[in-house]
Amino acid sequence: MNSKANIKPVLELKNLHKSFGDNHVLKGFNLKLIEGENLVIMGKSGSGKSVMVKCLVGLIQPDSGSITIKDQDITTMGQKELDLLRTEIGFLFQGSALYDSMTVRENLEFPLRRHKDKIENFQGTEVLVKEALENVGLAHAIDLMPAELSGGMQRRVAMARALILKPKIIMYDEPTTGLDPITAKEIIQLMRNIQKKYNTSSLIITHDVDCARVISNRMILLVDGINYAEGTFGELSNSEDPQVQAFFKN
Amino acid sequence: MNGTNALLTRTKSFFAEIGDMTLFAGRFFREVFSPPFEFKELLRQCYNMGNRSLLLVGVTGFILGLVFTLQSRPTLMQFGAESWMPSMVSLSIVREIGPVIIALICAGRIGSGIGAELGSMRVTEQIDAMEVSGTNPFKYLVVTRIAATTLMLPLLIIMGDAIALLGSAIIENLKGDVSYLLYFNQVFDALKFGDIIPATIKSVFFGFAIGLVGCYKGYYCSKGTVGVGEASNSAVVYISMLLFVIDFIAVFVTDIFFEI
Repeated sequence: MNSKANIKPVLELKNLHKSFGDNHVLKGFNLKLIEGENLVIMGKSGSGKSVMVKCLVGLIQPDSGSITIKDQDITTMGQKELDLLRTEIGFLFQGSALYDSMTVRENLEFPLRRHKDKIENFQGTEVLVKEALENVGLAHAIDLMPAELSGGMQRRVAMARALILKPKIIMYDEPTTGLDPITAKEIIQLMRNIQKKYNTSSLIITHDVDCARVISNRMILLVDGINYAEGTFGELSNSEDPQVQAFFKN
Repeated sequence: MNGTNALLTRTKSFFAEIGDMTLFAGRFFREVFSPPFEFKELLRQCYNMGNRSLLLVGVTGFILGLVFTLQSRPTLMQFGAESWMPSMVSLSIVREIGPVIIALICAGRIGSGIGAELGSMRVTEQIDAMEVSGTNPFKYLVVTRIAATTLMLPLLIIMGDAIALLGSAIIENLKGDVSYLLYFNQVFDALKFGDIIPATIKSVFFGFAIGLVGCYKGYYCSKGTVGVGEASNSAVVYISMLLFVIDFIAVFVTDIFFEI
């Protein structure tokens, strides 16, 4: 038995179901994220990865099942408690989702507006913004608008924004999609650095095999709304199951 | 049979949308009075909507006054009633034409802008990003915009009416040798509080309708960039219809209380 099975997870999904009309996207999905671990969820486009991660942060209400983050079930939580819990979670959106009417500085200041009290030894907004931008190597871009940044720079600013409240859990939705291979490698390296520096637990949704190989401690393959296979990158890449192999070919 | 079914479905979805919009308005009233208040964003929206609409409203009002006076002069002259011109123009503009025309202009300028802005924020996941960061996007984006249109539209309409009367006065001065002093004396003699107050109250509702529909269409936008265009376009169509409905109700109610 895996030794991690007995460790209390920071995030747990049990029997998650979600349908949109007749389209059953999640059909009893289960997941446990252990503290300090990088868990990669892989699946084909349309397999329900993004729906699952949006259920996790309360953007989509699941039909049934439980979602527990830090011992709190978010499906039964009030809006205020959920907003407070969300400060413990960083979320990197697939398209970066930077506020395009605000500068980089304002984008990073935005999550701080209502939650300064959440940060221990709060040294001031300016210090936190600069620190977050230095973490992603973009201190010089502080007064630029998102439209003035390249795709890779936008992704880094989005990472800085996700980190600014010093969350313990970070969720990455397709962090390397739409980036050239060199920039994608830089983003993956950045994710590793952040994990080391802040000891975060990361949930990474991707179909980029290189990203999964470099960053994952453990992987789950999501096929047709269920956990099809689970294991380390090495275990899954050596699997003889044709459905599993399909992800690792090329 | 198919045609009947399609009509039934469209009617159902129209009423469902009216219901959703009513709930959306209800949420606005719940959130507008509960802290935290987004004063800075409200001021920014007031500036964007008010200041940046000044030129459009000013030019529209000025031309409205000019054209209305030019078109009315020959008819009034036929009856020897040119001296009624200031009274007629001021009552028409302040009571009805000014508020309706300027609200329609603002529906195009402000309503479609809100629909497109919030719509593009929705499809690029910016609204989701706000929610995930623990900020209430409804309060930050919707409440501030609806409050700003509700506050700004009456001011824009008062300014537009004043500029329309100035345009009318210029034509009267050039064509009819009426001095500005005499013209405006007659204007203020003709206007009563019973004309100004209902028109101002009406314009508050116009502003609320522009903000509400623009925000609703943008906030619930879907279907990518096509959806953004649809949100912007349908916001203008719905607002225009709603303005006439509000205008009808306002005239009806004014008739009861002020005897037009």
